[in-house]
Amino acid sequence: MINVFRKGWRPASVLLLLFILWEVAVAIAEVPNWLLPPPTDIVQEAISGWTGFRQHLQSTVMLSLLGFAIGTGIGLLTAVLLHLLPFIRESVYPLLILSQNVPIIVLAPLLVVWFGFGILPKLIVITLVCFFPITVAALDGFRQTPEELKHYMLMAGASKGQLFWKLELPYSLPSLFSGLKISATYSVMGAVISEWLGAKAGIGVYMTLASSSFRTDRVFVAIFAIMLLSLLFFGSILLAESLLIKWKSRESARK
Amino acid sequence: MIQLSVEHLTKSFDSNQVLNNLNFYVNEGEFVSILGPSGSGKSTIFNLVGGMLLPDDGSITLDGEKITGKRGSISYMPQTPSLMPWRSILQNVLLGQELMGRTDTETARKMLQKAGLGDYENAYPHELSGGMKQRAAFIRALLSPQPIILLDEPFSALDELTRHDMQKWLLDIWNEHKPTILFVTHNIEEAIYLSDRILVLSCKPAKVIQEYKVPFARPRMEEIFLHENFLSCKRSIHHALKNQ
Repeated sequence: MINVFRKGWRPASVLLLLFILWEVAVAIAEVPNWLLPPPTDIVQEAISGWTGFRQHLQSTVMLSLLGFAIGTGIGLLTAVLLHLLPFIRESVYPLLILSQNVPIIVLAPLLVVWFGFGILPKLIVITLVCFFPITVAALDGFRQTPEELKHYMLMAGASKGQLFWKLELPYSLPSLFSGLKISATYSVMGAVISEWLGAKAGIGVYMTLASSSFRTDRVFVAIFAIMLLSLLFFGSILLAESLLIKWKSRESARK
Repeated sequence: MIQLSVEHLTKSFDSNQVLNNLNFYVNEGEFVSILGPSGSGKSTIFNLVGGMLLPDDGSITLDGEKITGKRGSISYMPQTPSLMPWRSILQNVLLGQELMGRTDTETARKMLQKAGLGDYENAYPHELSGGMKQRAAFIRALLSPQPIILLDEPFSALDELTRHDMQKWLLDIWNEHKPTILFVTHNIEEAIYLSDRILVLSCKPAKVIQEYKVPFARPRMEEIFLHENFLSCKRSIHHALKNQ
Protein backbone atom coordinates (compact mmCIF):
# COMPACT_ATOMS: atom_id res chain seq x y z
CA MET A 1 0.00 0.00 0.00
CA ILE A 2 2.84 2.36 0.89
CA ASN A 3 4.36 1.40 -2.41
CA VAL A 4 1.24 2.57 -4.25
CA PHE A 5 1.52 5.98 -2.65
CA ARG A 6 5.21 6.26 -3.30
CA LYS A 7 4.81 5.42 -6.97
CA GLY A 8 1.40 7.01 -7.40
CA TRP A 9 1.89 10.55 -6.14
CA ARG A 10 3.56 11.82 -9.31
CA PRO A 11 0.88 10.83 -11.86
CA ALA A 12 -1.79 11.80 -9.29
CA SER A 13 -0.42 15.30 -8.95
CA VAL A 14 -0.16 15.67 -12.74
CA LEU A 15 -3.80 14.64 -12.96
CA LEU A 16 -4.77 17.14 -10.31
CA LEU A 17 -2.89 19.87 -12.14
CA LEU A 18 -4.74 19.02 -15.36
CA PHE A 19 -8.09 19.26 -13.59
CA ILE A 20 -7.20 22.65 -12.14
CA LEU A 21 -6.12 23.87 -15.57
CA TRP A 22 -9.37 22.60 -17.03
CA GLU A 23 -11.44 24.28 -14.33
CA VAL A 24 -9.67 27.60 -14.80
CA ALA A 25 -9.74 27.48 -18.60
CA VAL A 26 -13.46 26.76 -18.70
CA ALA A 27 -14.15 29.62 -16.27
CA ILE A 28 -12.00 32.16 -18.14
CA ALA A 29 -13.26 31.27 -21.61
CA GLU A 30 -16.87 31.08 -20.34
CA VAL A 31 -17.51 27.80 -22.14
CA PRO A 32 -21.19 26.84 -21.84
CA ASN A 33 -21.91 23.85 -19.64
CA TRP A 34 -23.39 21.66 -22.37
CA LEU A 35 -20.20 22.02 -24.38
CA LEU A 36 -17.63 21.36 -21.68
CA PRO A 37 -18.55 21.32 -18.01
CA PRO A 38 -15.85 22.10 -15.42
CA PRO A 39 -14.58 19.16 -13.28
CA THR A 40 -16.40 20.46 -10.20
CA ASP A 41 -19.74 20.14 -12.02
CA ILE A 42 -18.87 16.62 -13.06
CA VAL A 43 -18.04 15.65 -9.49
CA GLN A 44 -21.26 17.25 -8.28
CA GLU A 45 -23.27 15.31 -10.85
CA ALA A 46 -21.50 12.10 -9.90
CA ILE A 47 -22.51 12.60 -6.26
CA SER A 48 -26.07 13.80 -6.79
CA GLY A 49 -26.82 11.29 -9.55
CA TRP A 50 -25.20 8.35 -7.74
CA THR A 51 -28.43 6.48 -6.93
CA GLY A 52 -29.50 6.58 -10.57
CA PHE A 53 -26.03 5.74 -11.85
CA ARG A 54 -25.40 2.86 -9.49
CA GLN A 55 -27.59 0.33 -11.25
CA HIS A 56 -25.92 1.16 -14.59
CA LEU A 57 -22.50 0.72 -13.06
CA GLN A 58 -23.52 -2.56 -11.47
CA SER A 59 -24.85 -3.95 -14.70
CA THR A 60 -21.67 -3.02 -16.59
CA VAL A 61 -19.44 -4.53 -13.92
CA MET A 62 -21.38 -7.79 -14.03
CA LEU A 63 -21.32 -7.88 -17.81
CA SER A 64 -17.58 -7.15 -18.04
CA LEU A 65 -16.72 -9.73 -15.41
CA LEU A 66 -18.78 -12.40 -17.10
CA GLY A 67 -17.43 -11.50 -20.53
CA PHE A 68 -13.88 -11.40 -19.22
CA ALA A 69 -14.26 -14.82 -17.62
CA ILE A 70 -15.65 -16.34 -20.80
CA GLY A 71 -13.06 -14.56 -22.96
CA THR A 72 -10.24 -15.78 -20.73
CA GLY A 73 -11.55 -19.33 -20.81
CA ILE A 74 -11.91 -19.38 -24.57
CA GLY A 75 -8.57 -17.61 -25.04
CA LEU A 76 -6.74 -20.14 -22.89
CA LEU A 77 -8.49 -23.07 -24.49
CA THR A 78 -7.62 -21.80 -27.96
CA ALA A 79 -3.99 -21.32 -26.95
CA VAL A 80 -3.68 -24.81 -25.49
CA LEU A 81 -5.37 -26.37 -28.48
CA LEU A 82 -3.22 -24.52 -30.98
CA HIS A 83 -0.11 -25.34 -28.98
CA LEU A 84 -0.75 -29.05 -28.68
CA LEU A 85 -1.93 -29.47 -32.26
CA PRO A 86 0.63 -27.78 -34.54
CA PHE A 87 -1.35 -28.72 -37.63
CA ILE A 88 -4.35 -26.72 -36.43
CA ARG A 89 -2.11 -23.86 -35.36
CA GLU A 90 -0.73 -23.46 -38.85
CA SER A 91 -4.16 -23.39 -40.43
CA VAL A 92 -6.05 -21.33 -37.85
CA TYR A 93 -3.57 -18.82 -36.41
CA PRO A 94 -3.66 -16.42 -39.40
CA LEU A 95 -7.44 -16.47 -39.27
CA LEU A 96 -7.33 -15.45 -35.61
CA ILE A 97 -5.43 -12.33 -36.58
CA LEU A 98 -8.03 -11.61 -39.25
CA SER A 99 -10.77 -11.92 -36.63
CA GLN A 100 -9.22 -8.94 -34.85
CA ASN A 101 -9.42 -6.83 -38.00
CA VAL A 102 -13.20 -6.92 -38.14
CA PRO A 103 -14.33 -3.58 -36.63
CA ILE A 104 -16.43 -4.30 -33.57
CA ILE A 105 -18.58 -1.22 -34.25
CA VAL A 106 -19.69 -2.83 -37.51
CA LEU A 107 -19.96 -6.32 -36.15
CA ALA A 108 -22.00 -5.39 -33.09
CA PRO A 109 -25.23 -4.37 -34.86
CA LEU A 110 -24.97 -7.50 -36.99
CA LEU A 111 -24.75 -9.62 -33.87
CA VAL A 112 -27.96 -7.99 -32.64
CA VAL A 113 -29.65 -8.89 -35.92
CA TRP A 114 -28.54 -12.49 -35.48
CA PHE A 115 -28.97 -13.00 -31.76
CA GLY A 116 -31.44 -10.36 -30.58
CA PHE A 117 -31.12 -7.94 -27.68
CA GLY A 118 -30.32 -10.49 -24.99
CA ILE A 119 -27.03 -11.00 -23.22
CA LEU A 120 -25.59 -13.37 -25.86
CA PRO A 121 -24.51 -10.80 -28.50
CA LYS A 122 -22.97 -8.66 -25.73
CA LEU A 123 -20.94 -11.56 -24.40
CA ILE A 124 -19.81 -12.37 -27.93
CA VAL A 125 -18.52 -8.81 -28.38
CA ILE A 126 -16.59 -8.87 -25.10
CA THR A 127 -15.23 -12.33 -25.78
CA LEU A 128 -14.07 -11.25 -29.22
CA VAL A 129 -12.01 -8.38 -27.83
CA CYS A 130 -10.80 -10.35 -24.79
CA PHE A 131 -9.67 -13.70 -26.06
CA PHE A 132 -7.08 -12.59 -28.57
CA PRO A 133 -4.48 -10.97 -26.26
CA ILE A 134 -4.71 -14.00 -23.97
CA THR A 135 -4.29 -16.52 -26.79
CA VAL A 136 -1.30 -14.70 -28.24
CA ALA A 137 0.35 -14.18 -24.84
CA ALA A 138 -0.15 -17.79 -23.77
CA LEU A 139 1.06 -19.18 -27.10
CA ASP A 140 4.18 -17.03 -26.92
CA GLY A 141 4.79 -18.21 -23.37
CA PHE A 142 4.42 -21.88 -24.32
CA ARG A 143 6.72 -21.45 -27.29
CA GLN A 144 9.46 -19.64 -25.40
CA THR A 145 10.01 -22.50 -22.96
CA PRO A 146 13.82 -22.92 -22.84
CA GLU A 147 15.13 -25.88 -24.82
CA GLU A 148 17.37 -27.02 -21.93
CA LEU A 149 14.45 -27.37 -19.52
CA LYS A 150 12.48 -29.26 -22.13
CA HIS A 151 15.45 -31.54 -22.81
CA TYR A 152 15.80 -32.33 -19.12
CA MET A 153 12.09 -33.10 -18.79
CA LEU A 154 12.14 -35.41 -21.79
CA MET A 155 15.33 -37.20 -20.75
CA ALA A 156 13.84 -37.69 -17.30
CA GLY A 157 10.87 -39.36 -18.95
CA ALA A 158 8.15 -36.71 -18.79
CA SER A 159 4.99 -37.55 -20.73
CA LYS A 160 3.43 -34.97 -23.03
CA GLY A 161 0.93 -34.09 -20.33
CA GLN A 162 3.63 -33.69 -17.68
CA LEU A 163 5.65 -31.57 -20.06
CA PHE A 164 2.69 -29.24 -20.41
CA TRP A 165 1.52 -29.07 -16.79
CA LYS A 166 4.90 -29.08 -15.09
CA LEU A 167 6.89 -27.02 -17.54
CA GLU A 168 5.12 -25.17 -20.33
CA LEU A 169 2.14 -23.88 -18.37
CA PRO A 170 4.06 -22.56 -15.34
CA TYR A 171 6.70 -21.13 -17.64
CA SER A 172 4.10 -19.21 -19.63
CA LEU A 173 2.37 -17.70 -16.57
CA PRO A 174 4.22 -14.34 -16.58
CA SER A 175 3.52 -13.93 -20.28
CA LEU A 176 -0.07 -15.03 -19.79
CA PHE A 177 -0.58 -12.34 -17.18
CA SER A 178 0.52 -9.65 -19.63
CA GLY A 179 -2.30 -10.83 -21.87
CA LEU A 180 -4.74 -10.89 -18.96
CA LYS A 181 -3.94 -7.28 -18.08
CA ILE A 182 -4.71 -6.11 -21.60
CA SER A 183 -7.87 -8.18 -21.77
CA ALA A 184 -9.11 -6.98 -18.39
CA THR A 185 -9.12 -3.36 -19.57
CA TYR A 186 -10.55 -4.33 -22.95
CA SER A 187 -13.42 -6.15 -21.29
CA VAL A 188 -14.78 -2.89 -19.83
CA MET A 189 -14.60 -1.19 -23.22
CA GLY A 190 -16.23 -4.20 -24.83
CA ALA A 191 -19.04 -4.16 -22.29
CA VAL A 192 -19.77 -0.45 -22.88
CA ILE A 193 -19.76 -0.85 -26.64
CA SER A 194 -22.06 -3.83 -26.45
CA GLU A 195 -24.45 -1.85 -24.27
CA TRP A 196 -24.79 0.79 -26.97
CA LEU A 197 -26.51 -1.87 -29.04
CA GLY A 198 -29.43 -1.74 -26.74
CA ALA A 199 -29.72 -2.79 -23.15
CA LYS A 200 -31.90 -2.04 -20.16
CA ALA A 201 -29.04 -0.75 -18.04
CA GLY A 202 -25.32 -0.15 -18.19
CA ILE A 203 -22.82 2.66 -18.54
CA GLY A 204 -23.19 2.40 -22.32
CA VAL A 205 -26.93 3.05 -22.06
CA TYR A 206 -26.43 5.87 -19.57
CA MET A 207 -23.87 7.41 -21.91
CA THR A 208 -26.07 7.36 -25.02
CA LEU A 209 -28.98 8.82 -23.08
CA ALA A 210 -26.76 11.56 -21.65
CA SER A 211 -25.19 12.58 -24.93
CA SER A 212 -28.45 12.64 -26.85
CA SER A 213 -29.90 15.01 -24.23
CA PHE A 214 -26.74 17.17 -24.17
CA ARG A 215 -25.96 16.24 -20.56
CA THR A 216 -22.25 16.53 -21.16
CA ASP A 217 -21.54 16.37 -17.43
CA ARG A 218 -23.09 12.90 -17.34
CA VAL A 219 -21.07 11.80 -20.33
CA PHE A 220 -17.96 12.72 -18.39
CA VAL A 221 -19.20 10.87 -15.33
CA ALA A 222 -19.54 7.81 -17.55
CA ILE A 223 -16.07 8.30 -19.02
CA PHE A 224 -14.46 8.56 -15.60
CA ALA A 225 -16.41 5.57 -14.38
CA ILE A 226 -15.09 3.51 -17.29
CA MET A 227 -11.55 4.64 -16.60
CA LEU A 228 -11.78 3.83 -12.91
CA LEU A 229 -13.32 0.47 -13.64
CA SER A 230 -10.55 -0.43 -16.09
CA LEU A 231 -7.94 0.64 -13.55
CA LEU A 232 -9.61 -1.48 -10.89
CA PHE A 233 -9.67 -4.54 -13.15
CA PHE A 234 -6.06 -3.99 -14.07
CA GLY A 235 -5.14 -3.68 -10.40
CA SER A 236 -6.84 -6.94 -9.48
CA ILE A 237 -4.95 -8.79 -12.20
CA LEU A 238 -1.74 -7.22 -10.90
CA LEU A 239 -2.58 -8.44 -7.42
CA ALA A 240 -3.37 -11.95 -8.64
CA GLU A 241 -0.09 -11.95 -10.55
CA SER A 242 2.00 -11.01 -7.54
CA LEU A 243 0.28 -13.71 -5.49
CA LEU A 244 0.65 -16.41 -8.13
CA ILE A 245 4.13 -15.68 -9.44
CA LYS A 246 5.97 -15.14 -6.19
CA TRP A 247 9.28 -16.38 -7.59
CA LYS A 248 9.26 -13.64 -10.21
CA SER A 249 8.70 -10.80 -7.77
CA ARG A 250 11.47 -12.13 -5.53
CA GLU A 251 13.72 -12.32 -8.53
CA SER A 252 13.13 -8.70 -9.54
CA ALA A 253 13.47 -7.58 -5.94
CA ARG A 254 16.98 -8.97 -5.94
CA LYS A 255 18.02 -7.12 -9.06
CA MET B 1 27.28 -57.35 -12.82
CA ILE B 2 26.72 -55.45 -16.03
CA GLN B 3 23.95 -52.91 -15.63
CA LEU B 4 24.06 -50.91 -18.83
CA SER B 5 25.39 -52.27 -22.05
CA VAL B 6 25.59 -50.54 -25.39
CA GLU B 7 26.15 -52.77 -28.41
CA HIS B 8 27.03 -51.95 -32.00
CA LEU B 9 25.55 -48.49 -31.71
CA THR B 10 25.60 -46.67 -35.05
CA LYS B 11 24.03 -43.33 -35.77
CA SER B 12 24.28 -40.81 -38.57
CA PHE B 13 22.52 -37.56 -39.27
CA ASP B 14 22.01 -37.31 -43.01
CA SER B 15 25.44 -38.12 -44.46
CA ASN B 16 27.27 -37.26 -41.26
CA GLN B 17 28.16 -40.42 -39.37
CA VAL B 18 28.47 -39.63 -35.68
CA LEU B 19 28.75 -43.07 -34.10
CA ASN B 20 30.17 -46.16 -35.71
CA ASN B 21 29.75 -49.52 -33.99
CA LEU B 22 30.11 -48.17 -30.46
CA ASN B 23 30.36 -50.75 -27.68
CA PHE B 24 30.67 -50.30 -23.96
CA TYR B 25 29.18 -51.43 -20.68
CA VAL B 26 28.79 -50.09 -17.15
CA ASN B 27 28.76 -52.37 -14.10
CA GLU B 28 26.42 -51.89 -11.20
CA GLY B 29 27.80 -49.34 -8.75
CA GLU B 30 30.56 -48.36 -11.14
CA PHE B 31 31.63 -44.83 -12.06
CA VAL B 32 32.48 -44.75 -15.76
CA SER B 33 33.60 -41.67 -17.66
CA ILE B 34 33.39 -41.08 -21.36
CA LEU B 35 36.24 -38.84 -22.42
CA GLY B 36 36.41 -37.39 -25.87
CA PRO B 37 37.27 -34.34 -27.88
CA SER B 38 34.46 -31.83 -28.26
CA GLY B 39 32.19 -32.65 -31.14
CA SER B 40 32.94 -36.35 -30.84
CA GLY B 41 29.29 -37.22 -30.41
CA LYS B 42 29.14 -37.43 -26.62
CA SER B 43 25.75 -35.74 -26.48
CA THR B 44 24.48 -38.05 -29.19
CA ILE B 45 25.43 -41.03 -27.04
CA PHE B 46 23.46 -39.55 -24.15
CA ASN B 47 20.48 -38.74 -26.31
CA LEU B 48 20.49 -42.32 -27.55
CA VAL B 49 20.80 -43.86 -24.08
CA GLY B 50 18.15 -41.44 -22.83
CA GLY B 51 15.79 -42.58 -25.56
CA MET B 52 15.55 -39.19 -27.25
CA LEU B 53 16.94 -40.60 -30.48
CA LEU B 54 16.70 -43.93 -32.22
CA PRO B 55 19.97 -45.55 -33.38
CA ASP B 56 20.36 -46.65 -36.99
CA ASP B 57 21.74 -49.89 -35.69
CA GLY B 58 22.60 -51.51 -32.38
CA SER B 59 20.92 -51.81 -29.03
CA ILE B 60 20.99 -50.44 -25.49
CA THR B 61 20.21 -52.72 -22.58
CA LEU B 62 19.60 -51.73 -18.98
CA ASP B 63 19.22 -54.43 -16.30
CA GLY B 64 18.62 -57.02 -19.02
CA GLU B 65 15.85 -55.00 -20.60
CA LYS B 66 16.07 -53.29 -23.97
CA ILE B 67 15.64 -49.54 -23.58
CA THR B 68 16.47 -48.46 -27.11
CA GLY B 69 14.24 -45.44 -27.85
CA LYS B 70 12.55 -45.63 -24.45
CA ARG B 71 12.58 -42.35 -22.53
CA GLY B 72 12.66 -42.20 -18.74
CA SER B 73 14.77 -45.29 -18.13
CA ILE B 74 17.73 -43.29 -16.88
CA SER B 75 18.23 -40.45 -14.45
CA TYR B 76 19.83 -37.38 -15.95
CA MET B 77 21.84 -34.37 -14.92
CA PRO B 78 22.44 -31.88 -17.75
CA GLN B 79 25.27 -29.44 -18.32
CA THR B 80 23.22 -26.50 -17.08
CA PRO B 81 21.37 -27.00 -13.78
CA SER B 82 17.98 -26.78 -15.56
CA LEU B 83 16.07 -26.16 -12.37
CA MET B 84 12.51 -24.86 -12.75
CA PRO B 85 12.63 -21.19 -11.66
CA TRP B 86 9.13 -21.29 -10.15
CA ARG B 87 9.83 -24.30 -7.93
CA SER B 88 11.55 -24.09 -4.59
CA ILE B 89 14.75 -26.11 -4.24
CA LEU B 90 12.90 -28.85 -2.38
CA GLN B 91 10.23 -29.07 -5.08
CA ASN B 92 12.94 -29.04 -7.71
CA VAL B 93 14.89 -31.96 -6.32
CA LEU B 94 11.65 -33.92 -6.09
CA LEU B 95 10.82 -33.37 -9.76
CA GLY B 96 12.55 -36.51 -11.03
CA GLN B 97 10.54 -38.66 -8.61
CA GLU B 98 7.39 -36.76 -9.38
CA LEU B 99 7.65 -37.58 -13.08
CA MET B 100 8.01 -41.28 -12.30
CA GLY B 101 5.43 -41.53 -9.55
CA ARG B 102 5.86 -41.24 -5.80
CA THR B 103 7.80 -38.53 -4.04
CA ASP B 104 9.70 -38.92 -0.80
CA THR B 105 10.02 -35.53 0.88
CA GLU B 106 11.78 -36.79 3.99
CA THR B 107 14.75 -38.31 2.15
CA ALA B 108 14.96 -35.24 -0.07
CA ARG B 109 15.15 -33.00 3.00
CA LYS B 110 17.90 -35.13 4.51
CA MET B 111 19.93 -35.07 1.32
CA LEU B 112 19.61 -31.32 0.97
CA GLN B 113 20.75 -31.01 4.57
CA LYS B 114 23.82 -33.12 3.87
CA ALA B 115 24.64 -31.16 0.74
CA GLY B 116 24.64 -27.96 2.76
CA LEU B 117 21.43 -26.79 1.12
CA GLY B 118 19.24 -27.33 4.17
CA ASP B 119 18.68 -23.62 4.65
CA TYR B 120 17.74 -23.19 1.00
CA GLU B 121 14.91 -25.72 0.95
CA ASN B 122 12.34 -23.03 0.26
CA ALA B 123 14.56 -20.72 -1.76
CA TYR B 124 14.13 -20.32 -5.50
CA PRO B 125 16.94 -21.35 -7.86
CA HIS B 126 17.91 -17.76 -8.73
CA GLU B 127 18.79 -17.19 -5.09
CA LEU B 128 21.52 -19.84 -5.25
CA SER B 129 25.09 -19.72 -6.57
CA GLY B 130 26.16 -21.74 -9.60
CA GLY B 131 27.74 -24.51 -7.54
CA MET B 132 24.72 -24.79 -5.27
CA LYS B 133 22.42 -25.06 -8.27
CA GLN B 134 24.52 -27.91 -9.65
CA ARG B 135 24.35 -29.65 -6.30
CA ALA B 136 20.58 -29.38 -6.34
CA ALA B 137 20.53 -30.72 -9.90
CA PHE B 138 22.66 -33.69 -8.85
CA ILE B 139 20.46 -34.43 -5.85
CA ARG B 140 17.48 -34.37 -8.17
CA ALA B 141 19.19 -36.97 -10.34
CA LEU B 142 20.21 -39.02 -7.32
CA LEU B 143 16.67 -39.02 -5.93
CA SER B 144 15.15 -40.14 -9.21
CA PRO B 145 14.17 -43.80 -9.05
CA GLN B 146 16.09 -44.94 -12.16
CA PRO B 147 19.05 -47.28 -11.58
CA ILE B 148 21.71 -45.28 -13.46
CA ILE B 149 22.62 -41.60 -13.55
CA LEU B 150 23.88 -39.88 -16.69
CA LEU B 151 25.97 -36.78 -16.05
CA ASP B 152 26.61 -34.56 -19.03
CA GLU B 153 29.69 -32.39 -18.38
CA PRO B 154 28.01 -31.11 -15.22
CA PHE B 155 30.90 -28.96 -14.00
CA SER B 156 32.13 -27.49 -17.26
CA ALA B 157 30.34 -24.16 -16.72
CA LEU B 158 31.75 -23.61 -13.23
CA ASP B 159 34.91 -21.73 -12.30
CA GLU B 160 38.03 -23.69 -11.42
CA LEU B 161 37.69 -23.48 -7.62
CA THR B 162 34.00 -24.30 -7.54
CA ARG B 163 34.56 -27.15 -9.95
CA HIS B 164 37.15 -28.62 -7.65
CA ASP B 165 34.83 -28.38 -4.66
CA MET B 166 32.07 -29.99 -6.66
CA GLN B 167 34.25 -32.89 -7.72
CA LYS B 168 35.16 -33.56 -4.13
CA TRP B 169 31.57 -33.29 -3.06
CA LEU B 170 30.49 -35.65 -5.83
CA LEU B 171 33.06 -38.23 -4.74
CA ASP B 172 31.86 -38.03 -1.14
CA ILE B 173 28.25 -38.49 -2.04
CA TRP B 174 29.11 -41.25 -4.50
CA ASN B 175 31.02 -43.11 -1.78
CA GLU B 176 27.99 -42.96 0.42
CA HIS B 177 25.30 -44.05 -2.03
CA LYS B 178 27.34 -45.91 -4.69
CA PRO B 179 25.01 -45.16 -7.57
CA THR B 180 25.91 -46.33 -11.06
CA ILE B 181 27.19 -43.31 -12.97
CA LEU B 182 27.97 -42.64 -16.59
CA PHE B 183 29.86 -39.38 -16.77
CA VAL B 184 30.72 -37.40 -19.87
CA THR B 185 33.62 -34.96 -19.76
CA HIS B 186 36.40 -33.49 -21.82
CA ASN B 187 38.58 -32.87 -18.77
CA ILE B 188 41.21 -35.62 -18.35
CA GLU B 189 42.04 -34.83 -14.71
CA GLU B 190 38.41 -34.80 -13.74
CA ALA B 191 37.93 -38.20 -15.36
CA ILE B 192 40.92 -39.75 -13.56
CA TYR B 193 40.01 -38.25 -10.21
CA LEU B 194 36.39 -39.40 -10.29
CA SER B 195 36.07 -42.63 -12.23
CA ASP B 196 36.71 -46.32 -11.92
CA ARG B 197 37.04 -46.68 -15.66
CA ILE B 198 37.56 -44.23 -18.51
CA LEU B 199 36.45 -44.79 -22.08
CA VAL B 200 38.43 -42.69 -24.51
CA LEU B 201 36.47 -41.78 -27.63
CA SER B 202 37.83 -41.09 -31.07
CA CYS B 203 36.80 -38.21 -33.29
CA LYS B 204 33.79 -38.64 -35.54
CA PRO B 205 32.59 -41.26 -36.15
CA ALA B 206 33.05 -42.02 -32.46
CA LYS B 207 34.13 -45.37 -31.12
CA VAL B 208 36.00 -46.42 -27.99
CA ILE B 209 39.70 -46.32 -28.84
CA GLN B 210 40.97 -47.06 -25.38
CA GLU B 211 39.59 -48.31 -22.13
CA TYR B 212 41.47 -47.21 -19.08
CA LYS B 213 41.16 -48.66 -15.58
CA VAL B 214 41.99 -46.01 -13.00
CA PRO B 215 44.51 -47.56 -10.57
CA PHE B 216 43.71 -45.47 -7.50
CA ALA B 217 41.92 -46.92 -4.50
CA ARG B 218 38.90 -45.27 -2.95
CA PRO B 219 38.18 -43.12 -1.08
CA ARG B 220 40.42 -40.79 -3.05
CA MET B 221 42.16 -37.84 -1.51
CA GLU B 222 42.97 -34.65 -3.30
CA GLU B 223 46.65 -35.44 -2.98
CA ILE B 224 46.47 -37.92 -5.82
CA PHE B 225 46.50 -34.99 -8.22
CA LEU B 226 50.18 -34.64 -7.42
CA HIS B 227 50.91 -38.33 -7.41
CA GLU B 228 53.42 -39.70 -9.92
CA ASN B 229 50.92 -42.31 -11.07
CA PHE B 230 48.33 -39.65 -11.69
CA LEU B 231 50.60 -37.83 -14.08
CA SER B 232 51.51 -40.98 -15.97
CA CYS B 233 47.79 -41.80 -16.26
CA LYS B 234 47.18 -38.37 -17.62
CA ARG B 235 50.06 -38.70 -20.04
CA SER B 236 48.92 -42.00 -21.49
CA ILE B 237 45.31 -40.82 -21.93
CA HIS B 238 46.54 -37.65 -23.52
CA HIS B 239 48.59 -39.77 -25.85
CA ALA B 240 45.65 -41.93 -26.79
CA LEU B 241 43.58 -38.85 -27.56
CA LYS B 242 46.29 -37.35 -29.71
CA ASN B 243 47.34 -40.44 -31.62
CA GLN B 244 44.03 -41.44 -33.05
